Amino acid sequence: MNLKTTNREVDGITIVDCSGRITLGEGSVVLRDAVKELLTKGQKKILLNLGDVNYIDSSGIGELVSAYTTVRNQGGELKLLNLTKKVHDLLQITKLYTVFDVRDDETTAVKAFR
Amino acid sequence: MLMSEDRRSYTLDSTLETVDNAEQAASEIAAANGFGDDECLQIAMAVREAAVNAVLHGNAYDPEKKVRLDFERVKGDLIITIRDQGKGLDLGKIPDPLSPDNLLKTSGRGIFLIRSFMDEVEIHPSKTGTEIKLIKHVHGAPAGGKEASQ
Repeated sequence: MNLKTTNREVDGITIVDCSGRITLGEGSVVLRDAVKELLTKGQKKILLNLGDVNYIDSSGIGELVSAYTTVRNQGGELKLLNLTKKVHDLLQITKLYTVFDVRDDETTAVKAFR
Repeated sequence: MLMSEDRRSYTLDSTLETVDNAEQAASEIAAANGFGDDECLQIAMAVREAAVNAVLHGNAYDPEKKVRLDFERVKGDLIITIRDQGKGLDLGKIPDPLSPDNLLKTSGRGIFLIRSFMDEVEIHPSKTGTEIKLIKHVHGAPAGGKEASQ
């Protein structure tokens, strides 16, 4: 299943609920467009909820990195929430787990934004 | 598709659909050869990454160029070979994605993931294309290549 995203707002933070696969092609484009649209609207505090993302490939990892740096370069913050074991393991072996701010509780994740 | 008891071969177009099909075939064949769920996922991901390299970087989506995918069971090993018809990968240009300078790069992790997931990886570039051989040692009880679904 390709990636689907739904946005909701909690205390000024935009939570993007993602489900499906973030892979080369449509999945990566959907994520890129979702982040780009939020930045265009001036929403720069973004929490990506990856709880229903069951698969991600190297292109998807690249897209997460791109989203992270793009938001950061515009003075915003992007954090990750609810990683599945597969995604968690991928971020571990690529040493990106310590680059991203990864959270497993939505309430504390929202409070962690400056 | 060619098929024999211990070998399956596919000749695929240089499309994104090929990448998905290669991944799916790898997952099914790995399961049929006795690999557990985690290993099936690793093998499928490694094949996906190799197929992406073949389609995107090797053949550059050229409709005239094909990707050859072979699965072979040799004694205790599942051997997967992916061959493209591109200009040949420059091994000296494969980046180390764990280097601090590369950590925030948006690409360059495919070969690294392949090496992480497979027991042995051989890359043979030439002027007529790149061949990558992926080897996973079978630890579980094999179900036999004939039972792999198509």
